[in-house]
Amino acid sequence: MQSNPQEIQPENPETNPNANKEKSNSPFQLALRRFLKNKMALISVFILLIIIILCILAPVFTDLDPEKTNLLLIEKGPSEEHILGTNGMGQDNFSRLLYGGRISLIVGLSAMFFTLVIGVVLGSIGGYYGGIIDNIIMRATDIMLMLPFLVLALTIMAIVDKVTIGLFVAIIALTAWPNLTRIIRGMYLSLREQEFVLGARAIGASDFRIIFKHFIPNAIGPIIVNATLMMATMIIAESALSFIGFGIPQPTPTWGNMISEAQNIRILRNHPEAWIPPGLGILVTVLAINFIGDGLRDAFDPKSNRR
Amino acid sequence: MTILSKESAQDVLVDVQNVKKYFPIKGGILKRTIGHLKAVDDVSFHIHKGETLGIVGESGSGKSTLGRVILRLLDPTEGSIQFSGTEISHLKRRHFRPYRRDMQIVFQDPFASLNSKMSVAELIEEPLLVQTSLTRLERKEKAIEIIEKVGLRAADRLKYPHEFSGGQRQRISIARALITNPKFVICDEPVSALDVSIQAQVLNLMKDLQEDLGLTYLFIAHDLSVVKHISDRVAVMYLGRIVEIADKHSLYSNPLHPYTQALLTSIPVIDTDENPAPKEEKIKLTGDLPNPANPPSGCTFRTRCPLAHDRCAVERPELTELEKGHFVSCHLYTQEK
Repeated sequence: MQSNPQEIQPENPETNPNANKEKSNSPFQLALRRFLKNKMALISVFILLIIIILCILAPVFTDLDPEKTNLLLIEKGPSEEHILGTNGMGQDNFSRLLYGGRISLIVGLSAMFFTLVIGVVLGSIGGYYGGIIDNIIMRATDIMLMLPFLVLALTIMAIVDKVTIGLFVAIIALTAWPNLTRIIRGMYLSLREQEFVLGARAIGASDFRIIFKHFIPNAIGPIIVNATLMMATMIIAESALSFIGFGIPQPTPTWGNMISEAQNIRILRNHPEAWIPPGLGILVTVLAINFIGDGLRDAFDPKSNRR
Repeated sequence: MTILSKESAQDVLVDVQNVKKYFPIKGGILKRTIGHLKAVDDVSFHIHKGETLGIVGESGSGKSTLGRVILRLLDPTEGSIQFSGTEISHLKRRHFRPYRRDMQIVFQDPFASLNSKMSVAELIEEPLLVQTSLTRLERKEKAIEIIEKVGLRAADRLKYPHEFSGGQRQRISIARALITNPKFVICDEPVSALDVSIQAQVLNLMKDLQEDLGLTYLFIAHDLSVVKHISDRVAVMYLGRIVEIADKHSLYSNPLHPYTQALLTSIPVIDTDENPAPKEEKIKLTGDLPNPANPPSGCTFRTRCPLAHDRCAVERPELTELEKGHFVSCHLYTQEK
């Protein structure tokens, strides 16, 4: 039992000898490094970036106005000017494809953003404080989870005259927040019992500090993963609603309402160039987002099963 | 029952009187309280400035809860806690905050008690950030000073907890607890998660720091040999109550309560030719700790006590001073009134 602090150094021979020169990585940097090793996720990031660039820079790639109708050019096949042909109202399919991608991505991103904000705020409050507030929030999520998304969306769309992107995002966020709120609350409940949170209380840290410095950094992995995967479902929801005609109305192009034009058997048979590209757009975007989500999950939680 | 004698009142740092912590047990559809779990049940003691009071007991005896109640991480159900003469047991959270500078805690599990997403510098400077208005540079200076004091290197500041071993992490916890210059530190089984060889190092470090900085410790452990090494006085807890409290020497040489005797004889001794193990009969305890939600009547230890008699089931024994400074709560030593 002899000791003074100086002699005790080599407790851990593995890390200590080169302790001074070694550069240390924060857990976040380590996660990033694991993510960069995941080929599938990297390819997906690359593909998604291409799609985003194509949509944002749509005016660079096409001079045609996606909403301009031309009754002389209805359901024409591919030509030099209209490489994907035109639709039933003589609008150019290629420019509609690019501009439509914008809508899908905007809907996905902003619905995810609002869901995230609501989920983090309510989940934090409920999970941290518990008690009556938590009870109220949880009963609210129960009620929201009871409402079937499709029926709710159809009802609202049927009542409202002019469906805008904002309304659309609001409806998706309104039905998606309970899931995320519950996930975050659940994580907080287990974090709350950890000793380091007790330690933060023992030094007199404020609730605000405990939530932002201790809870969120420890819950950020699953939050990001869930939000990413949620974005994919939101894009599908937008497309599905547009397909059955309850989405963003014409003349605004979306991938969903482009596909819905293929409900017409004539277009389905004779003009695959009109509906295959938007279909592929949805498929590839959603797949890429899902792969990125999986990659993030593996990166943040290396213990989760790998194939 | 006041253990405190008048003449020593000046140098008492922490004075705990009749503290109780009951956790409500909720049941039924309406979540009504159907009973109480008496984690800490009427505990009184005091700690002098610069001394170490060890608290030992089995898991579930309420020793950690007691530590958390003193630090107001949990609110006491009843009783008074005085810290250098100020009543702190019912202060509002906001008013209690300044006292946290003076009272700190080192937790048991060094892997759970450090936020793995914060660097060592952030972890150690956090108490200063929360409690003081020091500038960044001043915080950094103080952090480096304390890091070196606990036996780590200044360069370790930029690392993260996952890069350290258990013993080193516990040093980080100690540095974090000491950076605000507290007067009183609760050590909640600080070495029980460590290897034996490292236990000794950390214990010695804590002892050295106590001398250097004039700290007062409440040292919680379930291991009597660890407590013997570091404590001045020792309290033995059983099912939320203190059954014996005494000077270290008198408790180890002359344990009075049957529970203390059983604990002491259960310390394994290496039997060699030069140093034969004592041949005295071991008191073996059978069974488990009774359910603290439904403790036995009278003396709570009677269900496992080899010497229990009729009176033990009826009357709860009081903590009485048998020798100077040696308190026991057992009917074996008191006359029936």
